[in-house]
Amino acid sequence: MQGIIREIQQEFMRTDIPDFRAGDTVKVMYKIKEGDKERVQPFQGVVIQRRGTGATETFTVRKMASGVGVERIIPIHSPYIESLEVTKRGKVRRARIFYLRGLTGKKARIKEKRG
Amino acid sequence: MPGLIGKKIGMTSFYNEMGRNVACTVLDVSPNYVTQVKTNEKDGYSAVQLAYGTAKEKNTTKAMKGHYNKAGVAVAEVLKEFQEMDENLSVGDTVDINQFKVGDLVEITGVSKGKGFQGVVKRHGFGGVGQSTHGQHNRLRAPGSIGACSTPSRVFKGMRMAGRMGNDRITVFNLRVVKMVPEKNLLIVRGAVPGHNGSNVLIQL
Repeated sequence: MQGIIREIQQEFMRTDIPDFRAGDTVKVMYKIKEGDKERVQPFQGVVIQRRGTGATETFTVRKMASGVGVERIIPIHSPYIESLEVTKRGKVRRARIFYLRGLTGKKARIKEKRG
Repeated sequence: MPGLIGKKIGMTSFYNEMGRNVACTVLDVSPNYVTQVKTNEKDGYSAVQLAYGTAKEKNTTKAMKGHYNKAGVAVAEVLKEFQEMDENLSVGDTVDINQFKVGDLVEITGVSKGKGFQGVVKRHGFGGVGQSTHGQHNRLRAPGSIGACSTPSRVFKGMRMAGRMGNDRITVFNLRVVKMVPEKNLLIVRGAVPGHNGSNVLIQL
């Protein structure tokens, strides 16, 4: 039965999103509707988790905006993502790096993956 | 009111043309077969009996096999009667997904998930008793008073209390058909449908 659901979801899933995982730094170009106008807002930050499967999968991006941590949960297959770019591959040991929330400054850095 | 028997497959979500993420339920509506037509003259009421699904022949009683044989259909999983159906149906006919179209509002009946013995907060939406500090203890999810004292010196019937919750026949009205896959006999409606995945539901227009 789950197979049927997967088949239905296939139609709504996007294939143009590159592969990324927790610890990576991504730049999401997010479409925002204002009245009848549409503009694109970039949101760059560290992916702290990927959650769910299939068409309902989401990821959380965290960034520091003027000293305040901002997190945004974005569905991976959302039509509001214009493009997604992986700017840095991070080296982390877990799939959900929530410990990042408690760290600031130099401690909150993530080692870059080489090669 | 045309209707048929289906099966809940599961939930998912997708983006509609407005770009909104919509939660929806996928239902299997394989063709139903008419196994009996009840008429006013013969049975005292008019209804159409539909059969859905497949069952093993060895698990079907001889009496039921005879009933299916008479209608000329394979042994089925469920039989249900629908009143106020199309009167032109006769035994052996099929009723399928084609009676629905995208945008229709349907009502869906199913048996809700059993929750077991639940307290009044979950079962009836009570607020619980007040606060957890100021000397108060172990009353957080209690029902409070259930009536007055020597008048009437009893508890009124129908007082909402803790007890078995769920496993009831529930009908949900006005679920919009958002998508159909006729070649796979799938109906996708917006919102939730009562019951477990894989449970049978009645879909009526």
